Amino acid sequence: MSKSSMQRILLLLVAAFVASHAVLRAEEKILRWAADPDSNAPYGFYKANDQLAGFEFDIIQALAKQMGRKPVFVQNDWDGLIPGLGSDLYDCVICGIEITPAKASEVLFSDPYYVTFEQFVNRKGEPPISSLAQLSGKEIGTLSQTAAQTMLENTPGVIVKSYAEEVNAYQDVANGRIFGVLLDYPIAKYYAAPNPHLQFSGPAFGQIIYGIALKKENTSLQQEINRALAAIIASGEMRDILSRWGLWTPTVAGAFGQPEAPSLPDIEYQSFLAAHAESPNLVARMRRYLGFWPVLLQGSLMTLQVSIVGMLLAIGIGFTLAIMRVFGPWPLRWVATLYIEIIRGTPLLIQLLILFYGLPNIGIKLSPLLAGILGLGLNYAAYEAENYRAGLMAIPRGQMEAARALGLTHSQGLRFVIIPQSFRLVLPPVTNDFISLLKDSSLVSAVTLLDLTGAYNRIATQTFDYFGTGLLIAAIYLIIGLPFVRLARWTELRLTVDSRRTTLRPGLLSLPKFGRTHGK
Amino acid sequence: MNTPLLSVSGLHKSFGDTPILKGVSLDVEKGDLVSIIGPSGCGKSTLLRCMNFLEIPDAGRISIAGVTIDCLGLEDAPPKDLDAKAHKLRQHVGMVFQQFNLFPHMTILENIALAPHVSRNVPEKDARANGLQLLEKVGLGAFADRYPVQMSGGQQQRAAIARALAVNPSVMLYDEPTSALDPELVAEVLAVMKQLDAEGMTQIVVTHEMRFARDASDYIVFMEAGNIVEISDEDEIFENPKDERTRRFLGRFQ
Repeated sequence: MSKSSMQRILLLLVAAFVASHAVLRAEEKILRWAADPDSNAPYGFYKANDQLAGFEFDIIQALAKQMGRKPVFVQNDWDGLIPGLGSDLYDCVICGIEITPAKASEVLFSDPYYVTFEQFVNRKGEPPISSLAQLSGKEIGTLSQTAAQTMLENTPGVIVKSYAEEVNAYQDVANGRIFGVLLDYPIAKYYAAPNPHLQFSGPAFGQIIYGIALKKENTSLQQEINRALAAIIASGEMRDILSRWGLWTPTVAGAFGQPEAPSLPDIEYQSFLAAHAESPNLVARMRRYLGFWPVLLQGSLMTLQVSIVGMLLAIGIGFTLAIMRVFGPWPLRWVATLYIEIIRGTPLLIQLLILFYGLPNIGIKLSPLLAGILGLGLNYAAYEAENYRAGLMAIPRGQMEAARALGLTHSQGLRFVIIPQSFRLVLPPVTNDFISLLKDSSLVSAVTLLDLTGAYNRIATQTFDYFGTGLLIAAIYLIIGLPFVRLARWTELRLTVDSRRTTLRPGLLSLPKFGRTHGK
Repeated sequence: MNTPLLSVSGLHKSFGDTPILKGVSLDVEKGDLVSIIGPSGCGKSTLLRCMNFLEIPDAGRISIAGVTIDCLGLEDAPPKDLDAKAHKLRQHVGMVFQQFNLFPHMTILENIALAPHVSRNVPEKDARANGLQLLEKVGLGAFADRYPVQMSGGQQQRAAIARALAVNPSVMLYDEPTSALDPELVAEVLAVMKQLDAEGMTQIVVTHEMRFARDASDYIVFMEAGNIVEISDEDEIFENPKDERTRRFLGRFQ
């Protein structure tokens, strides 16, 4: 082979390499990561401007950059984070999950990205403790599914209270509901240290190692993440991130084999403290709430959307079920009855959780919005069906007899005689049901939808103002529901009056005229 | 003798284990006005309701205006077959109920125009025009746009008669048409029925109105305990009932 042909082949190879690389770049790889950012400072949380922040957020951005992937965030509730991994809702979870043998049997862990310890906190003025054994007989709070919870449960005599949100746990200590809280040092530093009613008490307990959780089979991603992790630790980027968040402790420095001194000032910690300083007066508080209007608006629209579409679904399915139950042959009747009994006999929240977290196990993955709408719709369909059944049964038998005697078929009798009359009877209860549904829609926040209740969680855990936020959100529910309350009262006044006995307003009753709806 | 317009023979009907009709046979000629009387529970209403299949007879034969149905085993027939047969029969039968059973969510005219339009495919405009004529006939021309609840019982029952007439029946059946009415409203309903009789309509009336039965009927059928006990000329049955049971029943009215 001549030298020039060798060169030509080399050139071709280079070109092919560049081209293939270019293709790879074009279809950008993503990294879907999940966390529960409601009141989860300093790990991942929403700042007042509704921007996601936190040291884990910074770490995952650095990792993704290192891996050449685009980070895509998926929000989920703490209790649903691991199940969501199994249902393929996202690739990995970074949310202060401790590497423990029990958890390691459920999921795959990356190498540690942070090492810390448990910090005990109690009310200011209480004598300090030196060992967990001293907590025997006392009520101690912590977060569910954490190493701290396991530690407390293994200490004889301790009455463990599990919380979903750390702010609630510390609030209960401050309010005197429980004796103290045992939680990871970063949580204590951000949520307990600034509170003048609380104090750090006792030494560092245990060793906590956080890892990124992945699906059990996903070893290739595990290796990819570990390589990136090692790279950002070695480059000092990790030390910078943790320093800014005020979390570069001797413990973590030792674990990563790096200098103990922070590399940067703790600007993120200081800005967190500044943002969460208690508002001095009512006007400042109001101004703060107003700052949340995008979340409030988004939450209200979501609540309305889920409720209205859910109700339409409930009406459609409920009507079908009622017809099946009242007029169907026995197998249909039986199916409808079974459905109604099962749905009415089980809690809506459980139904929602099954729809969202359970169905992916059999290959049906629903979006949070679809799961929320379906959950509400399928649930209320059972109640609607019973409403309509009552409405259909309330029409005197003679009405159908007269229709049949006039030569109408059964279905014509239903359509022109029975259903228009029952419609009037059930309109008020259906309107009332919609108001109930509007309120029950608050449960869809359990499937990660940011509805009004989701907005409540986000705002309350950012402001620590449960009372004010609670009142605010309750007021919004009330305002949204008000027009429907009025509508219910109106329909009750106009339509429930027994149209056979009292005077009625004919204009209102000219609903489906047979002439207009007729056609084959 | 002509073939009767309506002929019932050997009709049996039980509700559960209780026999209500025990082999009833009856022929009605075109243009006749027949009253069926008898004590409560004698089966007179059931007989009437069997004639348009609101009740399905257990056995026997019903023949109306050329449509003949053998009823044996019909209750177990597929609902479709049953519906088809019942529908055929009902084409020829108009029914008026004790409680009127007008559709409360429709105006009187809509009540009347519904069946011709929906089940006979009469254009809505014609159905309404014909309905108005019928309302004029029963003296309710001005009430077309009223709702049933805005009318007296007598007016409602006259409207119900107009509604039944709207499908051009060969026979009109009345199930105690005046029992739910205040006494002063009875006459207007009976007047309509007499008028129809004069026009040659065939009518069968289950009634407690002995005076009407006597004045207007061509003849009277007396039923007791699921059987027809006596069929007689209206004067004769009142003045000289042949059967002891008829005598006892009528004795209560004198």
